Parts: sequence; C-alpha cells; structure tokens
Amino acid sequence: MDESPMDDSRPVKIKVRGLSKVFGKHPQKALELRNQGMKRSDILEKTGQTLGLSNISFDVYEGELLVIMGLSGSGKSTLIRCLNRLIETSEGEIIIDGENIPKLNDRALLECRRRHFSMVFQNFALFPHRTVQQNAEFGLEIRGVEKNERYKIAHNSLKQVGLEGWEDAYPNQLSGGMQQRVGLARALANDATVLLMDEAFSALDPLIRKDMQQELLQLQSKMQKTTVFITHDLDEALNIGDRIVLLKDGEIVQIGTPEEILTQPADDYVRRFIEGVDRARILTAESAMRPLRSTARDSDGPRTALRRMSDHSIDSIYVTDRDRRLLGLLEADAASRAIEEGADTIIAHLTQDFRKVPPDEPLHNLFAMFSDKSFPIAVIDEEQRLLGVVVKGAVLDELARAGEQ
Amino acid sequence: MDIPRIPLGNWIESGLDWLTSEYSLVTRGISRFTQTGIDVLNDSLMWLPEWALLALITLLCWKLAGARLAIGSVAGLALIWNLGLWDPMIETLTLVVFATLVAVVIAIPVGITAALSNRLYRVIMPVLDFMQTMPAFVYLIPAIPFFGIGSVSAIFATVIFSMPPAIRFTTLGIRQVPVELIEAADAYGATRGQKLFKVQLPLSLPTVMAGINQTIMLALSMVVIAAMIGADGLGSEVWRAIQRLRPGDGFEAGIAVVILAMLLDRLTQSLRKTRQ
Repeated sequence: MDESPMDDSRPVKIKVRGLSKVFGKHPQKALELRNQGMKRSDILEKTGQTLGLSNISFDVYEGELLVIMGLSGSGKSTLIRCLNRLIETSEGEIIIDGENIPKLNDRALLECRRRHFSMVFQNFALFPHRTVQQNAEFGLEIRGVEKNERYKIAHNSLKQVGLEGWEDAYPNQLSGGMQQRVGLARALANDATVLLMDEAFSALDPLIRKDMQQELLQLQSKMQKTTVFITHDLDEALNIGDRIVLLKDGEIVQIGTPEEILTQPADDYVRRFIEGVDRARILTAESAMRPLRSTARDSDGPRTALRRMSDHSIDSIYVTDRDRRLLGLLEADAASRAIEEGADTIIAHLTQDFRKVPPDEPLHNLFAMFSDKSFPIAVIDEEQRLLGVVVKGAVLDELARAGEQ
Repeated sequence: MDIPRIPLGNWIESGLDWLTSEYSLVTRGISRFTQTGIDVLNDSLMWLPEWALLALITLLCWKLAGARLAIGSVAGLALIWNLGLWDPMIETLTLVVFATLVAVVIAIPVGITAALSNRLYRVIMPVLDFMQTMPAFVYLIPAIPFFGIGSVSAIFATVIFSMPPAIRFTTLGIRQVPVELIEAADAYGATRGQKLFKVQLPLSLPTVMAGINQTIMLALSMVVIAAMIGADGLGSEVWRAIQRLRPGDGFEAGIAVVILAMLLDRLTQSLRKTRQ
C-alpha cells in the first residue's frame, strides 16, 4: 500500500490504522491465515469466513471530502459502517479526537456517535411515520435538545437544502431527490463533526444526482465539514472528492487526489478503471477550453494591463497582437515592476514560462502540465492565434462528464 | 413385551393440584380482583339505558369508520335489543373487553422482548404453538380448580387462548421494521429505549393492531364456549338452547354473537387504518 499521500502537515480528524473485518464466528483464525499470506478466496474456502476488510489504513483530514470508492463487494459499505461502529471491527484502530472507536463501551459509543457522526443513507432511511420536519429533528431529539430549539435548527437545515414549505409532508409524498434532501437536512441539523454519506446519491436518477453533487460541493465549500463519501461511481468520485481512497476486495489499491489517480494510476486495476472515464470519446484540449475573460494588447501600457487583471480578479494575463497572435504572458508583479521602471509598453516584461497546446491535444496529457504555480494552459491554432485557455478544474469536469455519456 | 404407559395425565394433574393448593392465596387474590373488575365494567355498561349505549356505540362507529358501519351498528344492536338479548350481549362484551385488555397487557411486552432477543424468541414460539393448537376446551378444566365456576375462570381460559396472536403480531411487527431504519436510529446514537419508542413501536403499530384485532375475535369465540363453565352472556343462551333442544333460541343468540363480532372487528380495523 502506498503511504506517501498521507500528509503530516494537515490536521487529521479520523485516523484508521490496520483495520480488518472478518465476517464469521472465528475471525482470529481468518486473520492468522491472512497473515500467513493466504488470499481472500482461499480463506473463504478453508474457513467459510469472508475477509471483508484487510489491513486498511488511511487518514481523513479535517474539513476534506474524502471519497471511498470501489465496486460492489469491495468492502466500502463495511468500511463506512466500521467508522461509526454499526459493524464491529475484527482488528485495528479508528481514532477520532483521541478516542479509539472499536474499544469504546456502550455509553461512550452512544456519546461518540451523537457528537461525531451524522449519516446519509443510500435508500434515504427516512422514518415514514414522521413528517419531513420531524425527520430532520431526529438526531437533535435523540440528543435531548429542547423542542423549540431543535425546531429552529431543523427548520434552518431544511431551508439550506431547499425544502422550505415541505415541513409537514410525509416522506412518501416526496420524490427521491427530495427525500434525499431530507436525509441530508437530518444530517446537517445534527451538526456532528463528521458527515458519513453511504452511496447517498446512487439511488437518484442521473440529472438529479448531478444537481445533488453540485449542491453538496456548494454546502461543503461553505461549511468545510469533514465528509466521508462512499460511491461505486468513479465519475462521482472525481467530481466531488478532494481525495479518493480506491478499494478492491477489501484492500486499498490507491489513495490520492483525483489528478493523482488519473495521471499516476497505481496499478492495472486502477488503469482499467480510469480508461472507462475517457473511453466514451477522445477528449481534447478544445473540449475543456474556456474563452478568455480578458486579454491585453501589445500596445497596452502596464497600468491598463494591471487594471484589467484586477477587474477580473486574475493575477496574470495573456498578451496578443492585433491579429490575436499570442505574444506572451504578463504577470501582475511584472506589470507593477514595469510601472516602477516607468515603462510605457509591456512587451519587455512578458514571460514565456507557460504551456501552450494545439486544440487537438489529448486531455490526459494536460495533467502533467499543471505545475505548482500553474497558469491556465493556452490553446493556440497553427497561426499562433489564442483560442482560449484550459484551467485545472475544467479538465476534471470534462473527464467526469464524458464518463456519464 | 409390555411397555408401561407413561402417566402423563397423572403428572399434569398432580402438578395442577400442587399449584392450586400452594398458590391458593394468589389465585384467590386474582379471582377477587378480576371479579371486581368484571362487575364494575358490567354494571356501568348495564347502568346506561339501552338506547344511550346504542347511540354511543353508533357514534363511535360513525366517527371511526363512517356512516356505513354506523347504520349497521344501529340495525344490529336494535335487533339484539328486540330479541331480548341485550343483557347477555353486555355480559359477553364485558368478558371480551376485559380478557382482551389482560391479554394485550401481557402480550405486548412479551412480544417486544421476543422480537429483541433471539433466545427468548426460540423459547416463546413453541409455547405459543402449544397455546394455540391445544383444543380450547382443555383450558376450561384447570380453570375451575384455580378460580371456581364462573366468569373469572372464563377470563383465565380466554386470555390464554386469545393471547398468542397479539404476541406473534407484535414480534412480527417489530422484526419487520427495515434494517436501514434501525441503522439510521443507531447511527444517530439512539439508546435502546429511544429506538423502541421512536422507531420500532410506531412503525409496527399497524401490525400490532392487526394482532389485537385477532385477539378480540378469538376472545369472543372463547367467552362463548366458556359458558360451559358457567360464564354468563350469549354463550349461556346458546348452551341453554342446546340443553333444551331449541334451535330457534340457539340461532338467535348465535346471530347476536355474529353481530357483536362484526362490530368489534370493523371498529378495531378502522382504528388500525386511521393510525396509518
């Protein structure tokens, strides 16, 4: 397993170390065989026990959206249920704020679940005998929050997910998408420190699903809630995940950001997986290209160029001649320097330290071009004319969209 | 070779004898308590004039189930009144209501524990099979040494005979609550009690009500049979008709039982539907 993506500098919310889960009556026996190097299928044959998860270690950083992704049978549902101990683990540690969840006694476990975990379920798991409002209040009610207060909080979170006016409806009166919004509101109202989402959007139809993903991202950017999101869908994982944990047969295959997974697949399994993403059509730079919001002309003075940058809140600007042929890139600090020197044109201050590609450049080649200090990649035609730019996020978006079609 | 006959009956009898003599204080206490309960309920129902009770029941039918049942209730109860079977009908109703109350009070907690504990489930289910398949008359025999001839014995036998469906349906209702809802309750940190009262019981209520409906029906059939050990009511009218060979009287009382049964059944069913 690859340990390198674990970043020591970021605060860790949940630390999972050496987690294993055996389904069966004598887990120790299965674990022993595993330690002797026996494979999952052989252990099943020999002991009749299934090794659901084997030696799983990863961190969930404070405020990130971590996606755990795998096909059915990969153990992802088991893993998320081990986190809040809906399923007992067989070995290993899960540390949240200094508490080791598998070792907690019943009372401490209840407290831990109330404080740390909200959960959204694949099939919504709304209580049919409760109204939308009462469903949203459930977690607060369990914790003994006073009636008026929990009404207010739940009402607020219903508003956040766009369900104002539906408080008195019952779940069976709502569409699937709306039901899952209730599920989300119930989780948000609870204000636990971690949000667990178990295939939360998998039961929704594709359009609604895309909307929900966008809304989740918006909520996430506002609240910065630590979220563990389970999915079997790579496009969804690429679209919403800050980082992705790829699971196969109960083991971690790769941990990394969407870019890392796409550009540096750990093995053939991951590679086959990603092939599915852009196989649908050959993606090129053109498909992810965006028109430029603003360019500078070679005749512009440094003050004009700088003002244009600040008008569009960008810190660099592409400079072209009268025929839109690309001359170079002007950075904001280069422009300021030009002003100090009293220069009246910007030509001398341009840099060529950026990437340019033709419109038919395959999209996956573009990943490698994004360095730490990444300018948008310029897309130019044969006559050096500037057609548009590609920014980092657009590449991922495009790949994800292609996978859906 | 002669295999000696197992004296199963003797064992049971000596066991019952032992119970009767050892626990006579208890049985007498239960007997007195039950008798008082029956008398109070019976007297208050009797105290109301026929037309008042008829109006009350009809109103209840109308509110809970609608106009059709209300019309049926007026017609049915008026017929019973006209046939001169009002008082026996009230006596039967009293026994049914009382027996059902006792049965439900015992059955629901037992049903809940059986649903939550697999071990208890395995113990209780065969006991329920026994209780349900043992011919109903057999319960009447030990009832007499325990509680003497009369209504209390009838209640005892009726409770035993009518309790199983309430237990079974309660257990079934709770076990039928979808796993993901239990998971949701657990995930938000619900205690066992919170899970039971906020999720499991409310969701199993329709099934529990179906069980109570069955219990009422069984109780009604049993209190009629219990006339053989001296219970009052419509059953004793039937019993008398048998002894005097008067089929007309027998059918009149029988029709009154049917009317009462239909009223109780429709009422409890409508209660179940309005709850959903």
